[in-house]
Amino acid sequence: MKITRKEVDHVARLARLELTEAEKEIYTGQMDSILAYVDKLNELDTEGVLPTSHAVPMENAFREDEAVSSIGTDNALLNAPDRSDSFFRVPQVIE
Amino acid sequence: MKYQVVIGLEVHAQLLTNSKIFCGCSTKFGAEPNSQTCPVCLGLPGALPVLNRKVVEYAIRAGLATSCSIAPRSIFARKNYFYPDLPKGYQISQFELPICLDGHLEIELEGETKRIGITRIHMEEDAGKLLHLDTMEAGEMSFVDLNRACTPLLEIVSEPDMRSPEEAIAYLKKLHQIVVYLGICDGNLEEGSFRCDANVSLMPVGAETFGTRAELKNINSFRFIKQAIEYEMERQADILDEGGKVIQETRLFDPDTGTTRSMRSKEEAHDYRYFPDPDLVPLVIGADWIEDIRQTLPELPDAKRSRYVGELALPEYDAEVLAASREIAEYFDACLAFYPQAKTVSNWVMGDLLRSLKEDNSNIADCPVTPRLLADMLQLIENGTISGKIAKTVFDEMYKTGKEPVRIVEEKGLVQVTDSSEIEKIIEDVLAKDPVQVEAYRSGKEKLFGFFVGQVMKASRGKANPGLVNEILSKKLKG
Repeated sequence: MKITRKEVDHVARLARLELTEAEKEIYTGQMDSILAYVDKLNELDTEGVLPTSHAVPMENAFREDEAVSSIGTDNALLNAPDRSDSFFRVPQVIE
Repeated sequence: MKYQVVIGLEVHAQLLTNSKIFCGCSTKFGAEPNSQTCPVCLGLPGALPVLNRKVVEYAIRAGLATSCSIAPRSIFARKNYFYPDLPKGYQISQFELPICLDGHLEIELEGETKRIGITRIHMEEDAGKLLHLDTMEAGEMSFVDLNRACTPLLEIVSEPDMRSPEEAIAYLKKLHQIVVYLGICDGNLEEGSFRCDANVSLMPVGAETFGTRAELKNINSFRFIKQAIEYEMERQADILDEGGKVIQETRLFDPDTGTTRSMRSKEEAHDYRYFPDPDLVPLVIGADWIEDIRQTLPELPDAKRSRYVGELALPEYDAEVLAASREIAEYFDACLAFYPQAKTVSNWVMGDLLRSLKEDNSNIADCPVTPRLLADMLQLIENGTISGKIAKTVFDEMYKTGKEPVRIVEEKGLVQVTDSSEIEKIIEDVLAKDPVQVEAYRSGKEKLFGFFVGQVMKASRGKANPGLVNEILSKKLKG
């Protein structure tokens, strides 16, 4: 087994997903078989091959350092579930 | 047990660009909340980041100034975590292939030079700002301003090479000086343009394996860094002395109490699952680009200091003061170009000039006394038009009005008296007025010489040439 229940719990928590016991059971099995499938790639000899970070052979896309006008506070807050004056309002974050 | 502290520092320097790192929103400080935002920095679906070329340039500048090697190829990565100030749910940063690697800088402490390694420098975006209000109405809410989201940062990571809070401060000050000299960061600690996290651990003296470290956050002054590290050293020593174990964790420094406290909330999030950001193509930097940037680097503080001491024969102290800020050093260099007497220029810059600026709380860039004017005045002293004493008056007037020293001397009638017969006459008057003291001098009270010089200078309203006064006075007093 590549994936255990504990790892599913951990990944779900990191992704802020609330899963039922039944779902956790299903996903543990599914993720395990996905990883086992992908694991086939490890059979390839990749000695001397650089890890691929991008699928498209392209490099250096830049913009110049010029400030352009923004969309404005009201537009920025248009989709916000809650706002207060010019701020997004969110549940208290405790540090 | 005696412990050795081991310190590594992570500095976040906000870059002085006009626009954000991946979009064209302004980076200006103090705007209406959320007014400087767009689909990219709000993390709206489908928006694509495009890298600001200037950020790369500034990162290369920082790398070259700290002897790093510049990576010919680097990539951006996503650092995944959830926090309300991070709209995308990930921060675009660099992980496996940062732009600068393996540099160092040198610090001096009590005459000793020590090299501090720089592991890496990478580019990343800043998060937004969270405000917590403790009012009844606000109750259990926080407020988010995303103007700062996507502002360009350099993260500069040191090796764990520092062995005392003093070394940590020396390193930070040096790094601060460099980024400000380079013109890539305004260095404002209070506004958060230059922020520092410290990794602090203890090991028994003589040991080679580092202990478990705590990461201290939220330190926004050089004074606090010392307090935070010292507090942490005591805290960890107490734990170890009682046979306990230091926990690896993030701790928040509280400037009000001078202590650090655990930030449990972030612990779980430490699994960042970095992976290459598919939205940003790899960054390939050719040797030409690096060379072009190298050509534009200013002379850095260390180089300036050693030139001032080595070529200009200035004392270490002068060199230190003059090289401390780029503006002062450039003023000094400019003045020297007109009047190449280093020590004289240094005395005036460090003395009257910096004092006046400090009194006014004003900046050397706005100083009415330009390097040219100061040099002209020094020339007037050298050719005997005015004395060094009168020059102080001329300087104050220049500082007030920005007028040319020659004009001030003319208008105020400050030309030095170098006519020996005129000086002789003044001296005779002074001596005639005070026969008692003259007698005392002649009977061996030679200390009175200074008193007579003072009287003569006063009578001439400071304009008598001091050399001539000394010469003629000593002749006259001998009788």
